[in-house]
Amino acid sequence: MTTQESPDTVRRTVEAVWRIESARLVAHLYRLTHDVGHAEELAQDALVAALEHWPRTGVPPNPGGWLLTTARNRAVDAHRRRAVHDRALHTLHRQTPTTHDPIRDETDDRLDDPVRDDLLRLLFTACHPTLPVEARVALTLRCLAGLTTAQIARAFLIGEPTTAQRIVRAKRTLAALAVPFAAPTPAQLPERLDAVLAVIYLIFNEGYSATAGDDWMRPELCAEALRLARLVAALLPDQPEALGLLALLELQASRTAARTAPDGTPVLLADQDRTRWDRLLVRRGLAALADAERVARTGRPLGPYTLQAAIAACHARAPSVQDTDWTRIATLYGALADLTASPVVELNRAVALGMAHGPQAGLAAVEPLLTTRALAGYPDLHAVHGDLLDRAGRTAEARSAFARAAALTANSRRRALFADRARPPADT
Amino acid sequence: MRYLVLLHGTRMFEAPPGLMEGIVQLGEDATRSGALLDTAGLAPSVAGATVTLTAGELTVLDGPFTESKELISYALYDVRTKQEAVEWASRFLRLHRDHAPGWEGTAQILKVFGPEDFAPPVSTDAATEPSS
Repeated sequence: MTTQESPDTVRRTVEAVWRIESARLVAHLYRLTHDVGHAEELAQDALVAALEHWPRTGVPPNPGGWLLTTARNRAVDAHRRRAVHDRALHTLHRQTPTTHDPIRDETDDRLDDPVRDDLLRLLFTACHPTLPVEARVALTLRCLAGLTTAQIARAFLIGEPTTAQRIVRAKRTLAALAVPFAAPTPAQLPERLDAVLAVIYLIFNEGYSATAGDDWMRPELCAEALRLARLVAALLPDQPEALGLLALLELQASRTAARTAPDGTPVLLADQDRTRWDRLLVRRGLAALADAERVARTGRPLGPYTLQAAIAACHARAPSVQDTDWTRIATLYGALADLTASPVVELNRAVALGMAHGPQAGLAAVEPLLTTRALAGYPDLHAVHGDLLDRAGRTAEARSAFARAAALTANSRRRALFADRARPPADT
Repeated sequence: MRYLVLLHGTRMFEAPPGLMEGIVQLGEDATRSGALLDTAGLAPSVAGATVTLTAGELTVLDGPFTESKELISYALYDVRTKQEAVEWASRFLRLHRDHAPGWEGTAQILKVFGPEDFAPPVSTDAATEPSS
C-alpha cells in the first residue's frame, strides 16, 4: 500500500483488521490446536506482532492473511519448542482434515464451508453450558467480537483483573473438562443453541439498560450483540430461534434514538416519536422475522425469541399506539406466557388486553397477578393496575395503585411520574 | 456506526475471471460478520437522471452524465470505527487490483449520521414497555 501511514494510522488499521479477522482467526487456530485458550493466545501473539512490525514495514497487502500465517507459524514453533506430539501438530502438517474426528469430517464434507464450521465450533465452545454465564459472556466477546479485556471490563462496569480472571478461569475450565472439540450433535443442538442465544441476548440487554453517565462502551454492547446475532443467524439459517433473536434485536435496536429524551429521560414506547425509529433496522427485523416464521416447522409452536420479535413487529408496523394490532399482541403474549410462565409476560398481556378490549378486560387479567408472590414489590404491576382503574373511571382506587407504584420504585424520575398520578387533581 | 461506501470507477464490459467470485466471497464474509447491511451495483447513468435546482428553477436532465468515472456501486456498513469501513473498502479495491489490472477507481467513505452524533446522556429504561 502506498497510503500515508503514520504510526497512529497503522495502529488504527491493525485494530480494524483485528476486529474483522479475530473471530475467524481464533476459530481457525482452535481447529488446529483443539484448545480455545491456546488458540486465543496465538491470535493475540499475532496481533502483538502486527503492532510491532507494521509501523516499520507498512501494512502488508493482505493483512488478514499475514495475521493467520504469523499465528500458524507460532503454533508450529510453540509445539516444536514443547516437543509435544499431539493431534494439533498432525493436523498442522497434513493441512487437510484427518480421519480422527469423524464428526468434523462429516460436517466439513456436508457443508463444504470450513470457515462456517470453525466459527460455529468456537461459538458453541465459548458458550458452553459448563461455564458460568458471566464467563460465557466474556469469552464470547473476547473470541467472537474481538473485544479486549479492558473493553469488556468497561462495558460491564467491573474491574479489568476480574474480567481477565474470568476469562483465564473459563479457558482452564474448558481445558480441564476436556470439552470435546466438536460441534453439538443434532440431539444436543437445541440446548446448546439456547445457551448461545441467551449469551447474545444478555449482552444486548446489558447495553440496552445502560444508565446515564455510564461509559460509552455500554451502549456499544447493543451493536456488538446485534452483529453477533447476525453472525449466528447467518451460520445457522435453518434455526428459527437464531433468526427470531436476530429479528428481536434488530427491532429493539431500531428504537434506540427514540427511547431517550434529550435530557436523558426514558421515553416509553407509547410516547416515542416513531419517525425517529430506524427504518432500515425495522425492515431488517421484519425480514428476519419472516425468515424465522418460514423455517419454523409447521405445527411446532414458535419459540420465545420469535414470539417477542413478532410482538415487537406489531409495534414496528403500527403508525401509532391506537393503530396497533393489540389483539394480536395479546395473543402473542398469551403464547409467550405458556412458554415462559413469567408473571411479567402475563402483565404485558394484561396491558395488551386492556388496549384491545378495554379496561375491564385488562383488569380481569391484572387482578389475579396482584396476589402473585413473584410480582410483590414490582412497581409496574401497580402502575398498570392504576392506569386500567383510571380508564375504568375508578379514580380513587387508581390513585392508591399509583401511590403503591411510587413507593416501590427506586428510580427517582419514575417515582415522580407515579406520585403525580397518585395525587388528586388540583382544584380549578 | 454506519458508513456509506460509494465506488466510482470506469465500467468494465466484462468482469475478468476471479473478480466476481472474489466480490461474492467478500460480500458473504462482510454480511456474515454483521458488518454489511446493504449493497448493490448501479446501472449506467444512461438509465438515470438528475434534477437540479438553480436560481429557483428546476431542471431535469436524463442520463448519461459525462463524468469520466461513474458511480458503479454502493455499500452500507455497520462497523465500530471508520478504519474498519476503510479496511472493507480497501479489500474491495484490492480485489480489483489483483483481478483487473489497469482498472482504476475510488471508494468514497461517508459517515451516516447516527444516534451517537446527537447523543443525549444515556439513561435507565427500567419501565416496562408494552413490548419486551
